Amino acid sequence: MKNLQDLEKYINSELSSKINNSFIKHDCVYLNIDHDELIDVTSFLKTNNETKFRQLIEITAVDYPENENRFKIVYLLLSHEYNQRIIIDYSIKEKDSITSLTSIFPSANWMEREVFDMYGINFKNHPDLRRILTDYGFEGHPLRKDFPLTGHNEVRYSEEQKKVIYEPVKLEQNYRNFDYESPWEGTKYIKEIKKS
Amino acid sequence: MTKEKKTLNLNFGPQHPAAHGVLRLILQLDGEVVEKADPHIGLLHRGTEKLIENKTYIQAVPYFDRLDYVAPMNQEHAFALAIEKILEIEVPERAKYIRVIFCEIGRILSHILNVTTQAMDVGALTPTLWGFEEREKLMGFYERVSGSRLHANYFRAGGVHKDLPAGLDSDIDEFCNKFPKIIDDLETLLTDNRIFKQRNVDIGIVSKQDALDYSFSGVMLRGSGVAWDLRRSQPYDCYDALEFKIPVGKNGDCYDRYLCRIEEMRESVKIIKQCLQNLPKGPIKTEDGKISPPPKKEIKQSMEALIHHFKLFTEGYRVEKDEIYTAVEAPKGEFGVYLISDGTSKPYKCKIRAPGFTHLQAMDYLIKGHMLADVPAVLGSMDIVFGEVDR
Repeated sequence: MKNLQDLEKYINSELSSKINNSFIKHDCVYLNIDHDELIDVTSFLKTNNETKFRQLIEITAVDYPENENRFKIVYLLLSHEYNQRIIIDYSIKEKDSITSLTSIFPSANWMEREVFDMYGINFKNHPDLRRILTDYGFEGHPLRKDFPLTGHNEVRYSEEQKKVIYEPVKLEQNYRNFDYESPWEGTKYIKEIKKS
Repeated sequence: MTKEKKTLNLNFGPQHPAAHGVLRLILQLDGEVVEKADPHIGLLHRGTEKLIENKTYIQAVPYFDRLDYVAPMNQEHAFALAIEKILEIEVPERAKYIRVIFCEIGRILSHILNVTTQAMDVGALTPTLWGFEEREKLMGFYERVSGSRLHANYFRAGGVHKDLPAGLDSDIDEFCNKFPKIIDDLETLLTDNRIFKQRNVDIGIVSKQDALDYSFSGVMLRGSGVAWDLRRSQPYDCYDALEFKIPVGKNGDCYDRYLCRIEEMRESVKIIKQCLQNLPKGPIKTEDGKISPPPKKEIKQSMEALIHHFKLFTEGYRVEKDEIYTAVEAPKGEFGVYLISDGTSKPYKCKIRAPGFTHLQAMDYLIKGHMLADVPAVLGSMDIVFGEVDR
């Protein structure tokens, strides 16, 4: 498709029942879908000659602990031919496991392992779902909002035992998170000036 | 007579001089042929994304220096662009040019390191010695402009921190005049070198289709013949006003990737020269006191400037609720920042898309069927830096 407006229209007409919501922002099409439609939507976008989103850029998740559907899963795709980007997202509950994208994009392998490691989200049909960035035997999922910034364990070399040992984190001073409640209005006025 | 097949498991790293950092690679060998490679990463994981969620936007910038630590400013660039797009800040022209100059310096820094250490991995020591002398000069430029050789913390949303100090532009220009000769010298050592070619030609071949499937970007993609460069296709800052070529490889092997990097260094020199010639005068960051701190001397006299200064360095600026993905062409490939802001002065989520992560993922595919001795050559040509892979 030549431009993003056409692309959005085209996707909506071809996949009308599968798209919950779509809009264009920051030179990018944002699609909201249901989890069950993921494989259909991505394989359509990859193989269709009008879209050709043949490269998976990133898979990530966002944690909203206060929502019933706690995690938002985000897929970023890129089309070299049309020079367009698309962002697909859907929300799932904490215990849900989701479909792996490795059958369509081989590079999804490590990206999904990272999501699993950082958020504890389970992937169905993943060939090799192991932790990737954290330590061997690590417990917890660091990027969840309820995981403390300082973590639970620290390591040091013990002279007595002649090996590296794990101990609960001991800090002289805990990490302090200041809350600057202030009436400062931020930078909204830039857009207001532009509009007027 | 049948011979029983025995596979040998070999631990390559985590401390290995050719692993370019802390990579633990578990290799399954049949004789000297690699059957399977399983990279274990995360030994340098520092939780950058978690830390950024707990810091204000200004405080988050230095973390980007510590990702790909051989080209720090390229990554700050992606973060600065993300905030600028959300807040719709106008960046002064001069700032755009200065940012591009230092991004290209970063590209040369990274490519020198990669080309010369790749040569060292396959047995040539001299290029490293010659190349690092030049890197030292470039890091000198970094230091003069930001106060630090590596962890620059120089780019800001809305511009750069400080203007170029007196004489720096002419010194960079002088470097640009001399540097092509150095690239020529490096090429005389490597490009037609019989050993270097034996170790790199037809090693680690990536087809066009596989490069796309494995989410390759940057030189890894261009080496396989896909003409794709974000500086050209999705230009940011002043790249659309500059003339430069994008070298593309033909065979997709380690040697082509080496040639691409060499040519990219020459193009970077041209870009820097153009920027220096056209460097406009004027401010170097947005003059909006709500985003960039006021000049020191105003703080002494103006109440408003003092308040701005105080608020910026305690609370920081607030970024309204939004969701954005911005990418820049970092030396190693597409470096992206997926930022979710929630109206406070700290990012709600900041996902860093590091090119090295997806490149290293393809290690098993690239090395399968090659000899053990090719592992360092392939690893070298992928241009892996663990700061960004592990984050």
